[in-house]
Amino acid sequence: MVETVVSMGLPVDEHLVIRKNRLMPEELGKELKRIGIVTGTHGDELEGQFVCYELNRRIQEHPEYLQGIVDIYPAFNPLGIDSITRGIPMFDLDMNRIFPGSEDGPMMETIVRQLMDDLAGADMCVDIHASNIYLEEMPQVRINEETAERLVPYAKMINVDFVWVHASATVLESTLAYSLNMIGVPTLVVEMGVGMRITESYGCQLVEGILNLMKEMGIWAGPVGEVRTPIVSSDREIGFVNADHPGIYLPKARIFDDVDEGDIIGRIVDPMTGNIMEEVKAPIAGKVFTRREYPIVYSGSLLNRILGGVQEQ
Amino acid sequence: MKKEVIYRLDSPYRESLDITGYRFGSGKKSACIVGSIRGNEVQQLYVCSQLIKKLKELEQHGAIVSDNEIMVIPSVNHHSMNIGKRFWAVDNTDVNRMFPGYDKGETTQRIAAGVFDCVKNYNYGIQFASFYLPGDFVPHVRMMETGYQNTSLANLFGLPYVVVRKPRPIDTTTLNYNWQVWETNAFSVYTSETDVVDEVSARQAVSAVLRFLTRMGILRYNSHSGYIASIIDEEELTIVKTDAAGIFRRLKCPGEEVHMGEVLGEILDPYEGEVIRQVVSPTDGIIFFSHKKPLVTESEIVFKIIRRLHE
Repeated sequence: MVETVVSMGLPVDEHLVIRKNRLMPEELGKELKRIGIVTGTHGDELEGQFVCYELNRRIQEHPEYLQGIVDIYPAFNPLGIDSITRGIPMFDLDMNRIFPGSEDGPMMETIVRQLMDDLAGADMCVDIHASNIYLEEMPQVRINEETAERLVPYAKMINVDFVWVHASATVLESTLAYSLNMIGVPTLVVEMGVGMRITESYGCQLVEGILNLMKEMGIWAGPVGEVRTPIVSSDREIGFVNADHPGIYLPKARIFDDVDEGDIIGRIVDPMTGNIMEEVKAPIAGKVFTRREYPIVYSGSLLNRILGGVQEQ
Repeated sequence: MKKEVIYRLDSPYRESLDITGYRFGSGKKSACIVGSIRGNEVQQLYVCSQLIKKLKELEQHGAIVSDNEIMVIPSVNHHSMNIGKRFWAVDNTDVNRMFPGYDKGETTQRIAAGVFDCVKNYNYGIQFASFYLPGDFVPHVRMMETGYQNTSLANLFGLPYVVVRKPRPIDTTTLNYNWQVWETNAFSVYTSETDVVDEVSARQAVSAVLRFLTRMGILRYNSHSGYIASIIDEEELTIVKTDAAGIFRRLKCPGEEVHMGEVLGEILDPYEGEVIRQVVSPTDGIIFFSHKKPLVTESEIVFKIIRRLHE
């Protein structure tokens, strides 16, 4: 059943409405477990839209297998999605930097507080992101090292290729995932694909993983396809590749490619002169899990990330 | 005065972004002043330009006390200002959320690192800043509560208010916060405007900085003593929010004294022009902040009031 979670008046004859679709078994048990599927916090990240559609479809195809509550929130930031805006239109701060929100804050912080209240008490949350318009990401779960012990076992169930356990940073304490984890709702952040696009294969892969996670939790009793075992990493095993010159980036290595240290993984070229400005080399041996898709780069633009240590394992 | 490029970033299609610093005096690193970091901070740029103009004159008259260096950086992100964007034009990231920066990181992290490398290690750091909510403030000095903040020093600007803000996670990457962590006494000076020039509050800001530098023994300059500031904890401000959306008619402005029950503003039906809500003051006090845009949403902060303070 589609429910309105938040509704706020906009200046002229419209409301900002955030909705969810609650799927639950027809016969209610005593204590049903609940999972929240959240996406659309950043308006330019659309991979989660397909995941929501497909998960809805799979569950509604076999409602007899549903043994718990699935709340699907396709658009935390509907105005952003509708206007192809990563952030919240007419608001300076990134929506994923104002959690847990406050009733005393500006409208968006009030909204965020109400979204938190709606998710409070859930047994699990999956927060689906799609990088941004510049970078493509291998399907992965990102986990703050403070919560790794609790979350890595869940992350292994969700059918991603990679689990990145990263160092904690104060600024990330205002994300949805951090805030939910702090109130006892285990929350996995999924990053996959690229902004403004939908990669159906990644979406299907994640849906299988969500169903598997639901099955492990006792929310889903239906069959689940094979689930891959992800590589679990820490910060020390990641090689970052940033541009040192402005120009046009022509990537050579693709996502999932294995590269050796020193391999040329792309070039930065100058369309005006025909010169190659930089031969971009892999800083470590490993597997490419991030690749720049948007060609124009400045010094500092992130080009690739490489997961090291794979070849040695 | 020495004018120099303190950081350069090459661009694929535009002239390089040259961040310019103006160095006055010489000797120990006494004070650093940073103007516009966001592309719409025109008032902040203007205030810095007026300050540079004044410091040039003062230096020519020998008014900078020996063994003191003052650095002024009027603009960090004019690549965005020149095309009408508030944030970094390529990826919409905010340079003032990237400090202390990282010289091997992403573009705006590199810009922040380049700027921070220049501005750190000064004894006093002053930034002309803007807030994330659209509206007007009374001119004030703002400090982060980092444990290193010194409100007595902030009082020496002679502005009417000093506000102490408890930092949230997102504040920990601002220039002000990182200045303090790196043991610079950091102050953010807020004037009334951001994207338009307001001469009165700009003059007030220039005077406040000159007054502060004089009182810290960096300048010789005679000026009015200014105010003995009221110190305000930001959390103690009374928030007034809307319970309806529509066209906003502001009836009270920052600095005005108001009384409990007084009408501060009205919200009008955008089609029929009728007043659908009155925004009423819940307390006696002085208006510290007010929403300025002509439209408001529901549940928006339209006023912040300093409780029980009188003119």
